Amino acid sequence: MSPKSQRWNNWILVVASVVLAIAPLFLVREAEFGGADGEAEAAIQEINPTYQPWFNPLVEPASGEIESLLFALQAGLGAGVIGYVTGLYRGSRERQASQHHPEVSQSRSEFKDH
Amino acid sequence: MAGLSCYLVVGSPKPAYAMHIMEGFLPVGWAVFWWVVYLPFLFWGLRSLTHITRQHPETKLLLALAGAFTFVLSALKIPSVTGSCSHPTGTGLGAVLFGPAVMSVLGGLVLLFQASLLAHGGLTTLGANAMSMAVVGPFIAYGIYQLVMRSSGRQTLAIFLAAALADLITYVVTSLQLALAFPSATGGFFAAFTKFATIFAVTQIPLAVSEGLLTVLVWNWLQTYNREELQVLNLIKQELSA
Repeated sequence: MSPKSQRWNNWILVVASVVLAIAPLFLVREAEFGGADGEAEAAIQEINPTYQPWFNPLVEPASGEIESLLFALQAGLGAGVIGYVTGLYRGSRERQASQHHPEVSQSRSEFKDH
Repeated sequence: MAGLSCYLVVGSPKPAYAMHIMEGFLPVGWAVFWWVVYLPFLFWGLRSLTHITRQHPETKLLLALAGAFTFVLSALKIPSVTGSCSHPTGTGLGAVLFGPAVMSVLGGLVLLFQASLLAHGGLTTLGANAMSMAVVGPFIAYGIYQLVMRSSGRQTLAIFLAAALADLITYVVTSLQLALAFPSATGGFFAAFTKFATIFAVTQIPLAVSEGLLTVLVWNWLQTYNREELQVLNLIKQELSA
């Protein structure tokens, strides 16, 4: 695959993922969008009304805001590592390329997206 | 990579529950049972991990990438057509790169983080959740990848199916575990399984497709910049299966 068509394909993948994530918000407008495990909890109560959870989380986020902070932190940490690793690989590859063919290093000035 | 950050913005978390079996929601016997089943896989994964990092220290960065991918994807609660939210698992990528055993450690770490800090999932149910997300899912991913590669040789398709099906199967296993622990009084195990699978697995279908697409995105990127490392990984997998 040529780099150009590869880039196109990657953008299509991104757009498709985003569309898949947003579409439900428009398709099922009256939904609450709660969590699936909350629903599972309700289903357990329905099947077995006497069941009592025998253990509670050691640490509960103090509020929904705190919980979303922690989730954002989790995503941020992961994304940071991914960015670091990808940057490192790209940099080392470009260094190799410029050692072999000095003229390639000039093409770095035109920003290549992938 | 712009894709991932874009995805992060769109899928930014909402204060809601998502998936995994919640803390205390498996009867003691089942909780212990799944822990016992999970532990051998965990040890296998640890052995495989130490072997890989010792023999091929240059792959540590890729391991970090695979772990981080799981970390990011399992933090995103994404709305689904069923009107509830759930999140992808991100385990397919690491399973295809390093073999499935490694993910029992990486996936377990993610679950531990969520159970101990976010009250998401649980420590008592960690064995069960790890079996679904960090063991069965990755093994399915690896199997599907090998199968599609051998039968068609189409790598992109193989990666997509591996990641998407691993994601979906994770939640089928979760439904199975809940149905075993809470069979319905009237319809028994099957009625309960249908109920839980409707909640978890159906919600997961569009998310599984998203996960497949994103994994292909990362894979394309790796193909562009990491040909040498990927060749090393193929050697590792031959060593491990030998």
